[in-house]
Amino acid sequence: MKISLAPISYFWEKQAVFEFYEAAAESDADIIYLGETVCSKRRQLRLDDWFEIAAQLQDKGKEVVLSTLALIEAESELHALKQLCHKSVDQGYLVEANDMAAIKFLSDAKHYFVAGNALNIYNARSLKVIAEAGAIRWQPPLELSGDGLEDIVSGYRALENEDDQTIETEILGYGHMTLAYSARCYTARAYDFPKDQCKFICLDHPQGMKTKSQDGLEIFTLNGIQTQSGKCQNLLNQWQDTRERGVDIIRITPEDSNCLDIVQQLSNAIKADKSDVLPITEQHCNGYWNRISGMEIAEV
Amino acid sequence: MELVCPAGSLPAFQQAVDHGADAVFIGFKDNTNARHFAGLNFDDRKARKALEYARSKGVKLYVAINTYAQEANWQRWQDAVNKAVDFGADALIAADVSVMDYASEHHPNLNIHLSVQGSATNYAALEFYVDRFNIKRAVLPRVLSLKQVQQVAASKKVDVEVFGFGSLCIMAEGRCYLSSYMTGESPNTQGVCSPAKFVEWRQEGDVLESRLNDVLIDRYQPDEKAGYPTLCKGRFETEGKTYHTLEEPTSLNTLNILPELNKAGVKAIKIEGRQRSPAYVAKVVSIWRQAIDRMKANPEQFETDEQWMKELAGFSEGSQTTLGAYSRPWQ
Repeated sequence: MKISLAPISYFWEKQAVFEFYEAAAESDADIIYLGETVCSKRRQLRLDDWFEIAAQLQDKGKEVVLSTLALIEAESELHALKQLCHKSVDQGYLVEANDMAAIKFLSDAKHYFVAGNALNIYNARSLKVIAEAGAIRWQPPLELSGDGLEDIVSGYRALENEDDQTIETEILGYGHMTLAYSARCYTARAYDFPKDQCKFICLDHPQGMKTKSQDGLEIFTLNGIQTQSGKCQNLLNQWQDTRERGVDIIRITPEDSNCLDIVQQLSNAIKADKSDVLPITEQHCNGYWNRISGMEIAEV
Repeated sequence: MELVCPAGSLPAFQQAVDHGADAVFIGFKDNTNARHFAGLNFDDRKARKALEYARSKGVKLYVAINTYAQEANWQRWQDAVNKAVDFGADALIAADVSVMDYASEHHPNLNIHLSVQGSATNYAALEFYVDRFNIKRAVLPRVLSLKQVQQVAASKKVDVEVFGFGSLCIMAEGRCYLSSYMTGESPNTQGVCSPAKFVEWRQEGDVLESRLNDVLIDRYQPDEKAGYPTLCKGRFETEGKTYHTLEEPTSLNTLNILPELNKAGVKAIKIEGRQRSPAYVAKVVSIWRQAIDRMKANPEQFETDEQWMKELAGFSEGSQTTLGAYSRPWQ
């Protein structure tokens, strides 16, 4: 079982990003995903900055993956996506494709990629198509259960040819889940700012904006065009169950610098083959994996 | 420009045909389509009757098999595709890669339309589907501005269909799990959003509460009109402020930009609402038929009729309509 760090989904100052990855370089994370996946207006870091971080992390022995935007609307975004893909191909980095447009560019370039969780791979036959396009790793949709994942992994094995590239499965072990993508920016909307004059207000919310129901239940975390879960998914104590069902990589989302402590705790647990990583609290949820609504906590 | 209309029942289908649809789309009675609601949709017999009626009036029939197939029940989606082909549907509206893969392999002559649930928002994504499955049309998600729709259509990778009127999804369709986060059931897997069986109305003194799986979606004062608790249209609290955090109850109406859509090369306009009544379908289709005909007759001078707008607003959520993402300020 390997550990990965998801891309930073919130808008952090450039300095904070560099500092985070300096620390991450020393962590037990095996794989580090980099890049802006949410909003093309977030340009604290240029493409070259991301590649600079990538090189530093690679020097420290990390596997680096460049992640793409998930919702690609404007011509300029498509152009930026193409640049990211081509530069990754040139420099030999894997890319996390979060939209079919990225798969188009990467498969044309005959470059392997990671199929992100927004690509809606709900069955083995879909996975086979994406693998044929060049995926060597995939992330199931966040709403998929452990049983559903197990079905796909075994269904895929039945479809696989002997000479096919093997495919790894990665799931979100810890972090707020991105539940939806919109054209509308909800952070700007909360301030009554037009999206085109957002004043980069997301910088003021390095962990997103909490949204509660009128009786106080935290239901969403707003992050620009993303609506994330109010609760943080925590499957860490079930990491052995995920392994048994075919998971190869557990992903942890950078929410703050504490996430590197969580990486350490998970790494220790994996080395000792123990299930105790991080207890479930009221701030957490694990419903999707356990076949109930995503926000709930299943007794495990 | 083709007018594509919804039907959740045979009477609605007939109304759509009678009032000027060029094509009508339906779904089967299971979770292979994105309007899997109790009492809706078509069994074999009714689907054949609908097709007969469509053929007699020169109207096309499309079948939506546009949810994502679960591995354990994958056969159901395969059977649905075969059924659509067997009875002679003019096109399959699909979102799942496996469904399109199966359809293009086993029925190479079948027209495949990429469903809005497929979430393709740019021409490079569309190219993937054209290359791989030879799709003939793509329905664009309701997240693009008019300019972005123009760019996608101008790329001419594939014919483009856009939404004209009906309930407004404010998230990129096919990429929204809000409903399953709260209830366990989502559009992608079960063909439902904010399902009725999880809805609860609770009177607390003067205040009426709407809940979805026990989560408070909205509170209504006695003078406020209560709406169905679609969870993206509730009032929540952010930064100490209670408001329609994501979107107000409203419907999409693009009549005002019909000439621009036509000029952009948009090939079809879709009316949302397979869950709506035959009377609704009749009225909405009739207005859109008149509008498209008027626009075609004189695109430069096209003006909407005040009466149309009033009637459409009357059919809308919260009695109001919006251009949604087509209009940049909305975003």
